[in-house]
Amino acid sequence: MIQRLLKGSIDWVDARLPVVDAFKTHMSEYYAPKNFNFWYYFGVLSMIVLVNQLVTGIWLTMFYSPTDAFASVEYIMRDVQFGWLIRYMHAVGASAFFAVVYLHMFRGLMYGSYKPPRELVWICGMLIYLALMAEGFLGYVLPWGNMSYWGAQVIISLAEAIPFQVIPFVDGDKAAAMGEALTTWVRGDYLLSDATVNKFFALHVVAIPLVLVALVVLHILALHEVGSNNPDGVEIKENLDENGIPKDGIPFHPYYTVKDLVGVVIFLMVFALVVFFFPDMGGYFLEKPNFEPANPLVTPDHIAPVWYYGPYYAMLRATTFSFIFNAKTWGMIIMGGGIAVLFVLPWLDRHPVKSIRYKGLFSKITLWLFAIFFLALGYLGTQPADNSFLGLSFTTWAQIGTFYYFIYFLVFLPFGHRFEKSKPVPTRVTGGKA
Amino acid sequence: MSNDGINKGRRTFLVGLTSAVGAVGVVGAAVPFVKSWQPSARAENAGAPVQIDISKLEAGQRVVREWRGQPIWVVRRNKDMLEGLNKLAEKGVLSDPESAVSSQQPEYAQNEYRSIKPEILVLIGTCTHLGCSPTLQTEATVQLEHGGFFCPCHGSMFDFAGRVYRSVPAPTNLVVPPHSYLNDHVIIVGSEEGETA
Repeated sequence: MIQRLLKGSIDWVDARLPVVDAFKTHMSEYYAPKNFNFWYYFGVLSMIVLVNQLVTGIWLTMFYSPTDAFASVEYIMRDVQFGWLIRYMHAVGASAFFAVVYLHMFRGLMYGSYKPPRELVWICGMLIYLALMAEGFLGYVLPWGNMSYWGAQVIISLAEAIPFQVIPFVDGDKAAAMGEALTTWVRGDYLLSDATVNKFFALHVVAIPLVLVALVVLHILALHEVGSNNPDGVEIKENLDENGIPKDGIPFHPYYTVKDLVGVVIFLMVFALVVFFFPDMGGYFLEKPNFEPANPLVTPDHIAPVWYYGPYYAMLRATTFSFIFNAKTWGMIIMGGGIAVLFVLPWLDRHPVKSIRYKGLFSKITLWLFAIFFLALGYLGTQPADNSFLGLSFTTWAQIGTFYYFIYFLVFLPFGHRFEKSKPVPTRVTGGKA
Repeated sequence: MSNDGINKGRRTFLVGLTSAVGAVGVVGAAVPFVKSWQPSARAENAGAPVQIDISKLEAGQRVVREWRGQPIWVVRRNKDMLEGLNKLAEKGVLSDPESAVSSQQPEYAQNEYRSIKPEILVLIGTCTHLGCSPTLQTEATVQLEHGGFFCPCHGSMFDFAGRVYRSVPAPTNLVVPPHSYLNDHVIIVGSEEGETA
């Protein structure tokens, strides 16, 4: 009786809104390759973190006030019941978001998940990454601590380095005036002020999250249209059984929902460990100068970005040459180029083989070197530039890292396959022992 | 209705025209949203030129006023201070004694005293290194033998024209803001409507 009632109401809804259909398309009849490994947890983990950010973020807005920014964050930390926990979940969540997204992207790089027909999956993902960077920056400014202030000062002043003089009839003086007008427009004032915090608050809690969620939907729709890649880089849709179902595919639900649940639980354990015991991660998640209110008259001794911008900040600082434009402008061009190059990755990689498993030694070595240099750049970006290692200054190391970063994408990926012999790619997925 | 009478050219024209008018509308509608990001009237007001009365400023003294959230210094330099400037320039301890970096002062302050009137110095009081506010040193010290400004944050030094010493972190001279004289006793900072010569 109850079953009939339930079925009746589902049928009633389904005749008006295709919920059953959507569930089938994206869950119970979405066939994912059966050989997903450890690296395939990070997509679902970024969804989990996104939900964490949305929920804790909504709760924080209930107590935060942009016109009384620093004091209201202290109010959350000290007076609001469990406010400290909600804020730490949000702050650690930001770092966790980037951690899982970087691993998720590296997975794509390893297994060639951006290659045809998944170019748009990758590009939607890159747009998510870009929105995430903007979201992280805006959110970092909101507590209005001294590092918030000076970080914002440095980043907004980058607009002054935009080479407007490339526009015809614009000379150096006019270009400088245009840069200044742009920074004034972004700040909404002649200096960083309440107007800036209010604006960033609106963008951080409404505009960018809307964009992020929309992009996540597009990312998944595009993925489910073309189907998931896998560690073997084999197209499972090329081997269908008599019902038109991929022989190497298993329904996402219940197989991967249950499997992912294990990953989620382990992730949440690590996440809780950080939230409760290392919420500021020794200054890497929450920087020490940010425990003081913003002070326009006192600059922190060492202005460093949060770790997740490290690689690109290192590129910015590593650029010391000037040719036509000054070093700051070139730094911005190179930093922007470092991100732009990722957008065209599907067209840069001309290797006939998708997965690193079947690529040759050259690809393997260059990929792991890339990972090492990227991590090194991330570290260098957070350190004072005048330190040195193995007799070379950190600036020199950052220059080497930046050079390798671009060589990897512009030379090794497009032409690397000429220097190596690839292994034969199987037609069916393997158990991982290739 | 048959489709025979379709005038394709007219259709394309109308679609094009509608799109163009629509695009103009979108641009028009975007204006208030873009403009609202500009400094508000209140911020404009706070950023408006400020008048500084220097009639009660004695030789060797400084007044500090605020303009656009930045400290503005006005120093009435005495004879010793002015003489010290020339000596320092000759000694070669300054990084930019001729004020060659044009972004650091308006044209009318690009002279040996970096000012409109030799004795009156007007500066934005933030270090060109990382924006701390240097302290006034009227007495000679070991490093600043003719006095000047010393930045406590990273040790940058400037003379009584805001010119930076060599081998300090600050790269350029202190900034002379745009300013002018409404009359002999009143300086207006942020506006060049008065006398600048």
